Amino acid sequence: MAEPFRVFTSKVVPLPAENVDTDQIVPARYLKVTDKAGLADALFRDWRFDEDGSLKDPPFILDRPGMGGRGIMLVGDNFGCGSSREHAPWALTAWGVRAILSTSYADIFRSNSLKNGVLPIVVPPQVHARLWALLDEDPDAELTIDLAEEGILLPDGSTIDFRIDPFAKQMLLAGTDELGYLLSKEHEMAAWEAAHSPRIDTVAGVR
Amino acid sequence: MPHPAPQPRTIVDKIWTDHVVTQDPGAPAVLAIDLHLIHEVTSPQAFTGLRQRGLRVRRPSQTVATADHSIPTTPRNLPMLDLQAAAQIGQLEQNCAEFGIPLHGIGSPHQGIVHVIGPQLGLTQPGMTIVCGDSHTSTHGAFGALAFGIGTSEVEMVLATQTLLQRDPKTYEVRVDGRLAPGVSSKDIILALISRIGVGGGTGHVFEYRGEAIRALTMEQRMTICNMSIEGGARAGLIAPDDTTFEYMHGRDHVPHGVGWDAAVARWRGLPTDDGAMFDKSITIDANTLEPMVTYGTNPGMGIPISAAVPAPDDEADPSARRALERALEYMDLRPGQPILGQKVDVVFVGSCTNGRISDLRLAAAALKDRRVADGVRLMVTPGSDEVKREAEREGLADIFRAAGADWRESGCSMCIAMNGDQLSPGQYAVSTSNRNFEGRQGKGGRTFLASPLTAAASAINGVVSDPRQLPGIESLAAVGGR
Repeated sequence: MAEPFRVFTSKVVPLPAENVDTDQIVPARYLKVTDKAGLADALFRDWRFDEDGSLKDPPFILDRPGMGGRGIMLVGDNFGCGSSREHAPWALTAWGVRAILSTSYADIFRSNSLKNGVLPIVVPPQVHARLWALLDEDPDAELTIDLAEEGILLPDGSTIDFRIDPFAKQMLLAGTDELGYLLSKEHEMAAWEAAHSPRIDTVAGVR
Repeated sequence: MPHPAPQPRTIVDKIWTDHVVTQDPGAPAVLAIDLHLIHEVTSPQAFTGLRQRGLRVRRPSQTVATADHSIPTTPRNLPMLDLQAAAQIGQLEQNCAEFGIPLHGIGSPHQGIVHVIGPQLGLTQPGMTIVCGDSHTSTHGAFGALAFGIGTSEVEMVLATQTLLQRDPKTYEVRVDGRLAPGVSSKDIILALISRIGVGGGTGHVFEYRGEAIRALTMEQRMTICNMSIEGGARAGLIAPDDTTFEYMHGRDHVPHGVGWDAAVARWRGLPTDDGAMFDKSITIDANTLEPMVTYGTNPGMGIPISAAVPAPDDEADPSARRALERALEYMDLRPGQPILGQKVDVVFVGSCTNGRISDLRLAAAALKDRRVADGVRLMVTPGSDEVKREAEREGLADIFRAAGADWRESGCSMCIAMNGDQLSPGQYAVSTSNRNFEGRQGKGGRTFLASPLTAAASAINGVVSDPRQLPGIESLAAVGGR
C-alpha cells in the first residue's frame, strides 16, 4: 500500500443491490491478468457494457453523467460475496473508489479492501436507511470521511460515527501494510518454528 | 484467546490456539499456516510483490502449486489457444521454478483442481491451518482442518512469512440430524442450509457440521458440504475427524507412515469439539425431511426443494428481497409459481471442486448406464483431477459417459468458473454440480441451476430439470456414492 488514508470529501455512487458478488464486480474472464493495473473498465463489466463494448442504454449507475470521480459507494447488504478475487478491490480503486458504505461485507472482500486502501465502512440498518434518504433528496450530496475520528460528516453538519478494526485503522492511517508488520515479527516466528516441526513436506517425493 | 484446560473447547478453538505465533494487544493474531496451496490465477501479483521487496518464499516445502482455473479441458496434446491464459500459466511455472515450489502442472499425473489434489495426495490433514487464494479452500475442512480462502495480498504474506494476520473467528454449529433418503445427497444438505440462512448468514463465522447425518457421510461427500461453506458466507467450515477420515487418508502419499501414522491418529483424536463447548450460533437441520435441492435464482441461497415452485416476488414482504427476487427471475427468465421440475435444460455440467471427485462421477455414471443424454442436451463431464480421470477410465465410467453421448473432458475448473472457454451461451440453461449460479458465472448470459450429481444426471437423461428419486433403482444407485 502506498498512500496513507486521509480525510476526504466526495459525492456518492448509489448501488442498492444486496449480495453483490465479486463475479459481478469483476467477471472471471478478466482474471487472466498478471498485474494489478488496468482493471477500471473490467469493473461491473457485464452490468455496464453490451457484447460489442458499447455502454448499456440506459447506462449503469457508474456511467451516468456526474458519477465519474466519485470516491464513495453506498451499497446493499453483504457486498462482495463469493469469490476471493482481490481483482475486485483492484478494479474499484482503479475506478476511483476509496470508501464503501454498507450494512455488511463478505469477509474476504472486506479483508482484501483494507489491504488496498479501500475503506469498507459498516453502518447499522437505520443509518443505512438515513443515507439512502439523504441521496434520494440530494443525489449530489457530499460526504466527508474521517477515518482518524471514525466519523462521516453529512451536508447538514451532523456526523455519523462508525467503528473500524483498530489495527486496520492504524495500518490505513500510516499507509503501511500487514506484510511489513509481519516481517517485524521475525524473532517470534523463528521461535515458533523452532518449537513446532512442520506438519507437511510438499517437496518430498510424491510416489 | 487461550482458555484454561478444563474449559470445553471447539475444534476451531483448539486449532486456532495451536497456531498463534504471537499477538500484540489490540492487533490480530499472527497465525502459523501449515499448508499453502497456490494456482495460476491469484498468485502472479503476489510473486511480483516478493520480487519488489527482495523476499524469498519462507517455506517452499509447505507450499504446493497446480494449474486448474484457466487451463483448457480439451485433449492435452492440443496447444493452448488463449495466449493470455498460457502466459499466466507460464508465469506460474517460472515462479515455482524460481522459488523452489513443487508444481503439479499440466502434464503432471497429480494435476487437478487444487481442492481435489490436496486431499488426494494426503496433503490435507486434520488440525492443520490451510490457505489458498481461492474461496473454496473451505473444502479441506472436511478433514478437521481450519482451511479458508485468502486474497492475493495475503498469498504474498504467506509466501513471505508462512503466517497470516487473523482475528479469531466466531463459531457456528450446523447440526444435521437424521438420515438422508435415497437420491438425497450431501449437496442437498448444503444447498438446504444456504437457502435457510442466506448467502451472508455465516459471515464472520466458521461452520462446524455435526450430527448423525454428517457422521454417516463419506469423505468426498463431506468435502462437498465444506466446499460450499463460503456460499453461506462462512470463510471456513469443518467436520471433526473420525475413523472415516483416517480410513480415507491412510496410505496416501503425504500422510505419515508406520509408527508416525499411529502417533498422528492419536493426536487427531484429540481434535473434536469437547462436550459442552459453546458455539456463537447454532442451527439444526433434519435430514429425514430433506428433498433433492435445486437453485432457481442468481445466488446459491436461492434454492428450493426440487418438488417446490419458483417463489413469487409478491409473497416477499421485505422490499429489497422482493427486488432481488424480481431481478433474479428476470435474469433466469422463470415465472413466479412455476414448477422447477420440467424446466428445459440445454447443458448439464458434472465436475468442479464441489462435485468432480470419483464418487460423484460414479453416481452420474450409474444413472447414465445404458441410457442416452436427451436430444439437444450437451452433457459435459470434467473430472476434478488427472487421477480422478484415470480412475474413471479404469472403472469404465468414461465409456459409460461416452456411450450416453456425453463429452468426457480433461480435468480442471472448466465451466464452474468459465474462464477457459468452457461456457454457456447467452440464454442457455444448465444444471450444474458446481457451486455458484451468479449472473454470468458459467458464461455471460448463462443461467445455472445448482444441483447434485444425481439430479444432474437425471436432468441430462430427460432434458429437463428432473427428480433423481424417479430414476429406476434409485436405492441401489444412491448406494454407489457411498463406496
